[in-house]
Amino acid sequence: MARLIRTEKEVEGRFEEVWLVVEEDPLEQWPAGPLAVVGRPAPRKDAAERVRGQARYTADVRLPGMLHAAVLRSPYAHARVRRIDLAPALALPGVRGALGPGEAHELEEEAGFQGAPVAAVAADTFAQARAALDAIDVEWEELEAVLDPEEAVRRALFTGEPRRHERGDVDRALAEADVVVEATYRTQTVLHNSLETHQATCEWVGDTLHVYISTQFIWGVREEIAEALALPQDKVRVVCEFMGGGFGSKNSPDEYTFVAAELAKRTGRPVRCALTRREEHTSAGNRNSTIQRLRVGARSDGTIVALEGEFTNSVGWSGWNSSTEGPMRMLYACDNVRTVTYGARLNTPPMKAFRAPGFVEGTFGLECLVDELAAKLDLDPLELRRLNYAHSNEGTPFSSKNLEECYRLAESHWERRHALRARSDATWKRGVGMASQIWYGGGGPPSYAWARVGSDGRATIVTAMQDIGTGTRTAMAQIAAEELRLPLDRVEVSLGDSARGPYATLSAGSSTTPSMGPAVRAAAADAREQIEDLAEQRGLPRDAPVEEVVDLLEDAQIVGKGARGPNPTGMSVLTFGVHVVEVAVDVETGEVRVERVAAIHDVGRIVNPLGASSQVEGGIIQGVGHTLSEQRLLDPETGGILTTSLDAYRMPTIADVPEIVCEFVDRPDEHLTNLGAKGLGEPPIIPVAAAIANAIRDATGAEVRELPISREEMLRALREAEERAREREKRGAPAAV
Amino acid sequence: MAELRLTVNGGEHVLDLPVGTSLAHVLREELGLTGTKIACNEGHCGACTVQVDGIPRLSCITLAHAVEGDVTTIEGLRDHPLVEAFVRCDAVQCGFCTPGQVVSAAALVAANAQPTREEIRHSMAGNICRCGTYPRIEEAVLTWQG
Repeated sequence: MARLIRTEKEVEGRFEEVWLVVEEDPLEQWPAGPLAVVGRPAPRKDAAERVRGQARYTADVRLPGMLHAAVLRSPYAHARVRRIDLAPALALPGVRGALGPGEAHELEEEAGFQGAPVAAVAADTFAQARAALDAIDVEWEELEAVLDPEEAVRRALFTGEPRRHERGDVDRALAEADVVVEATYRTQTVLHNSLETHQATCEWVGDTLHVYISTQFIWGVREEIAEALALPQDKVRVVCEFMGGGFGSKNSPDEYTFVAAELAKRTGRPVRCALTRREEHTSAGNRNSTIQRLRVGARSDGTIVALEGEFTNSVGWSGWNSSTEGPMRMLYACDNVRTVTYGARLNTPPMKAFRAPGFVEGTFGLECLVDELAAKLDLDPLELRRLNYAHSNEGTPFSSKNLEECYRLAESHWERRHALRARSDATWKRGVGMASQIWYGGGGPPSYAWARVGSDGRATIVTAMQDIGTGTRTAMAQIAAEELRLPLDRVEVSLGDSARGPYATLSAGSSTTPSMGPAVRAAAADAREQIEDLAEQRGLPRDAPVEEVVDLLEDAQIVGKGARGPNPTGMSVLTFGVHVVEVAVDVETGEVRVERVAAIHDVGRIVNPLGASSQVEGGIIQGVGHTLSEQRLLDPETGGILTTSLDAYRMPTIADVPEIVCEFVDRPDEHLTNLGAKGLGEPPIIPVAAAIANAIRDATGAEVRELPISREEMLRALREAEERAREREKRGAPAAV
Repeated sequence: MAELRLTVNGGEHVLDLPVGTSLAHVLREELGLTGTKIACNEGHCGACTVQVDGIPRLSCITLAHAVEGDVTTIEGLRDHPLVEAFVRCDAVQCGFCTPGQVVSAAALVAANAQPTREEIRHSMAGNICRCGTYPRIEEAVLTWQG
């Protein structure tokens, strides 16, 4: 039965109080551990389609008469269109339509960053559309560009009010601390670079707009387009069957969709608007750079008594101020914490959520700081973390937390450091580092699913969600198969179309499995109960095999429906983990090699251990890129983007991959839904950078405080460490490490 | 416009296209073979990899009229044992790079049926996977014969 509740809704670490209609979740959780299907490794149901190139992505959608759009973008970091003439473009061969500023949502006269969209053209071919852009006659008025985040903070140029948090008495605690460690950490701007670029193909069918889009949120796109175009939501159909990566950057429709929709309306033909790789580098979002000025105060036994942080997020022209302070607030038990987080509004490309936004950056700062504290107190970093273990989230109990168990499982990997260090030679120094992880990932209502069982004893789960490559189809099929007591190959999952199924959550914030899984189980349980009733009427035992019960259905179908129940009230639903990383550093050249990563995660019940391990590996590999090689460079004078191709922007290849060991605590969260599962998309990238930096300190004594750890940064940190050592020698103190 | 004769997956095609058209464009837009993906369109990522006479080629920067030899795309490799190996090893997440990975791997194992990890890493380093399925790809290529 539906019930109205007032609740906190969390997406990517952002909270809002909302009224929500939820349904009860009366099902008992399954017992812990592997079941018949759930908890057992299952190859992806759609793997063969994807591997064979048969899966139809948005990039593969071809509609009869389809035109191709291209977008004119600002060459300046900040400028205004003083005058624009589209006529020369419209006169070119193949050109069917053009839009200027104000003629489609997000095409604007004022361009706030290099790459901001201002006009668009549709033509028979993409080459014609691109050529037509050059013919558009634009007179620009260049405006002052603010590019330095610290200048923006000084001038109070913010995307919103600075976010402040304070508990306890930080000043007093710092004054009374036996030791205070202070450091500034910087993280760079990185790009999602999904291999399928941002794109949409729009077609008007009567008065309904069909939108084929590469998206992480079918229903969010539907709502935003309906609002922007003043359409009833049911007049917007959003389709995304297969999706070529998003990592947080594809939660909303954006200019390419609005351009395609408007040009489709004007031309009466379907229009495809796809970003090129180079546009992807300027205009499709990024993980914003940060500056983190941090302080920790502790007693000599290692008890942390104060934490203080000033965080600056270089948000860009638009976007939001992500929770870079989150780990500092939540990871350790500490009564005295003070943070301020500035969202600098700059004339740079807007940030977008990128796999644990804020927490990846904030964990780098905090977990390096904690290791610097451990070094200063000569304490074991693992013991220091155990000593400051948080047993509640600022007083709110955790629905479940098994970080202690993660630490226990980490011990054997941590122990390897003695043997590893002994393998160092004059050039290559080896060491081990660790970092903990905290993040959301509990998901929440609403989300719905239908379960359909036919006379052939096969079931289909219907829900209008998307599978962004995380293996959602498979995990949902496993849950339904378990509940229906069917083998996995008798369950299909139909998704990817708002016109064919009920509302489903976004695939972001590690929320897909914990939000959708319980709804799918509830739908399957509803169908199963109907089948059991039918069995009884046939004089069969209630648990008779499904195919035996339904064989006389003929055209009749059993249809079950299910909804995601509420999250536990008064509890913090969070994910936890720890990584132990082994590195080798060439002290002559500054080359850093990550050789081994052991990842232990606590995300409740594991539905598909095979897919879960793949998620962890993928997160770690992305984290290695973030730590060592990836950096979007921007000209500090002009605001121009300098890295616009995949040879300039260096992502990890197969040759860069370390040995990865992946372990799960795999204990259902007994308070969370009928499934007890949390999300896993984001946790594995969170501790990577800090664990690598801490391993580097272990290996060399050098303190890297800036990402990426380029050879320049590594050599700088090594020189600094040498100078420190020399000074200590001069003072007659024993050299460290 | 210039005549283009192309053998793709054993089939002959005669087309009339502007000189300068990329092989990837011909495959996807003229022949409807959308298994070949375009992710960067400038030869940096490997998603568009096809084989020409068994040698991996980046079709997005290969001029169609300059192709001398038989083209094999992912559509011509659908029954290759590597497909089963990729599925078994979970060597696919979003899947957008995967056809290119399989085409590269098929060329590798045709020349060297039992490549070492080092050889796989060397040969496959031109195929970027943003989801990070690399350990699985390595496993799939190591165990492709079952």
